[in-house]
Amino acid sequence: MSRPEDILPPDIYYSSTTARKYTTSSRIQHIQAQMAQRALSLLNLTTPSYILDVGCGSGLSGAILSSTPPEAGGPHVWVGMDISADMLSVALERGGEDPDTGNSDDGSEEGEGEEECQGDLFLADAGQGVPFRAGTFDAAISISAVQWLCNAESSIETAEGRLKRFFEGLYAALRRGGRAVCQFYPRDEGQKRMVAQAAIRAGFGAGLLEDGAGTKAVKVYLVCTVGGGDVAGGDITGVVEGMEGVEVDDTRRRVRRGGEKGMQKGSKQWILRKKDRMERKGMVVKATSKYTGRKRKIAF
Amino acid sequence: MKLLTLNFVSCARKACKSSTSSFPLHPRDAELELVEMEFNPQFLQNMLPKLEWEALQIICNELALPTLPSSTPAASDLFESGGEGSSPAQPTQVARDLHKLLLETTIREGLLVCSNCGHEYAIKEGIANFLLPPHLV
Repeated sequence: MSRPEDILPPDIYYSSTTARKYTTSSRIQHIQAQMAQRALSLLNLTTPSYILDVGCGSGLSGAILSSTPPEAGGPHVWVGMDISADMLSVALERGGEDPDTGNSDDGSEEGEGEEECQGDLFLADAGQGVPFRAGTFDAAISISAVQWLCNAESSIETAEGRLKRFFEGLYAALRRGGRAVCQFYPRDEGQKRMVAQAAIRAGFGAGLLEDGAGTKAVKVYLVCTVGGGDVAGGDITGVVEGMEGVEVDDTRRRVRRGGEKGMQKGSKQWILRKKDRMERKGMVVKATSKYTGRKRKIAF
Repeated sequence: MKLLTLNFVSCARKACKSSTSSFPLHPRDAELELVEMEFNPQFLQNMLPKLEWEALQIICNELALPTLPSSTPAASDLFESGGEGSSPAQPTQVARDLHKLLLETTIREGLLVCSNCGHEYAIKEGIANFLLPPHLV
């Protein structure tokens, strides 16, 4: 399947017709709503908050934020940033229409278009930074936008540079203890790593969450936390604490305690390790059983 | 753009990031509009500590809006005192006025000017244009 990022830059790709098609497609509306809900649950907000929506497009995800019920910590006030002027004009036409009820294909032509969009909109390039003063937002979300930053449209800027400016700006604009969840479609493993690394270099505690890993409909969420304040567990892995069906695969380099030298010779761990090494060398190694590395009974 | 948002945006230029005069941006030729929004006192209370009250006063002055009190209202000013019983605390007139000023007053058309570099950001139909030409980034 072709990726829109490879065809044209975002401000030109989302022309008025593409932007309208994108916003009125019930399939895209459904997927976007689902991802926004997931991102919102990862943010774990308990009180009405001030949220930045990066790549807000026509405000599909913003509508979810504004319509969060009070018992779930809402309704939130959001500020949207997008690089496509046509997407933003669709957002103005849509107004405060709820994506869940606005399932008709010509929803934008309805009378609700009179109503203003709930959030404030900015025509801005996230790759140029985030133009807000320090500690502005309680949280940030970004649905299907960060992959656009991985393309540099001119020779004077690079994908790394754009990601760096974005994450550094975002880091500064979030309050201490704030959180950002960015859902994006990485082209490959390398791009996924590049984005996560950029976030970590900017100072975030960052982790990747994958929904439906291994399937075609895999959704990658980059969860970023700003240190200080009230981060649950004090660690990025604490973000998904208490969530069902989420496994933590911590690939951070751990501090080696003692390492191989510190391992006690003759211990079960040492034996298993040695067996493993010998097996890899191609030696014949007996299968590991419950008796492996067990102490013998004392004879007397 | 809401006045609340205006209390948080600063100049996007890299050279202005370190300068204190890049905030607040000054509105010029602004056309204001009142857009109704649901009243949410809890949100106001959360935002109070983050507001730059001085910047808000300057902007209110420039937009010829009524003068604000000289200091930030305390969180306790937003709710009627004494209602600590079973009934939830009622929001005061201060809270309603703040809501109207911050969330319902919006700039529909106009310019935002950075007092450090003099760059003008246009606002059209409530959308501020913060796209910079590559040589200014």
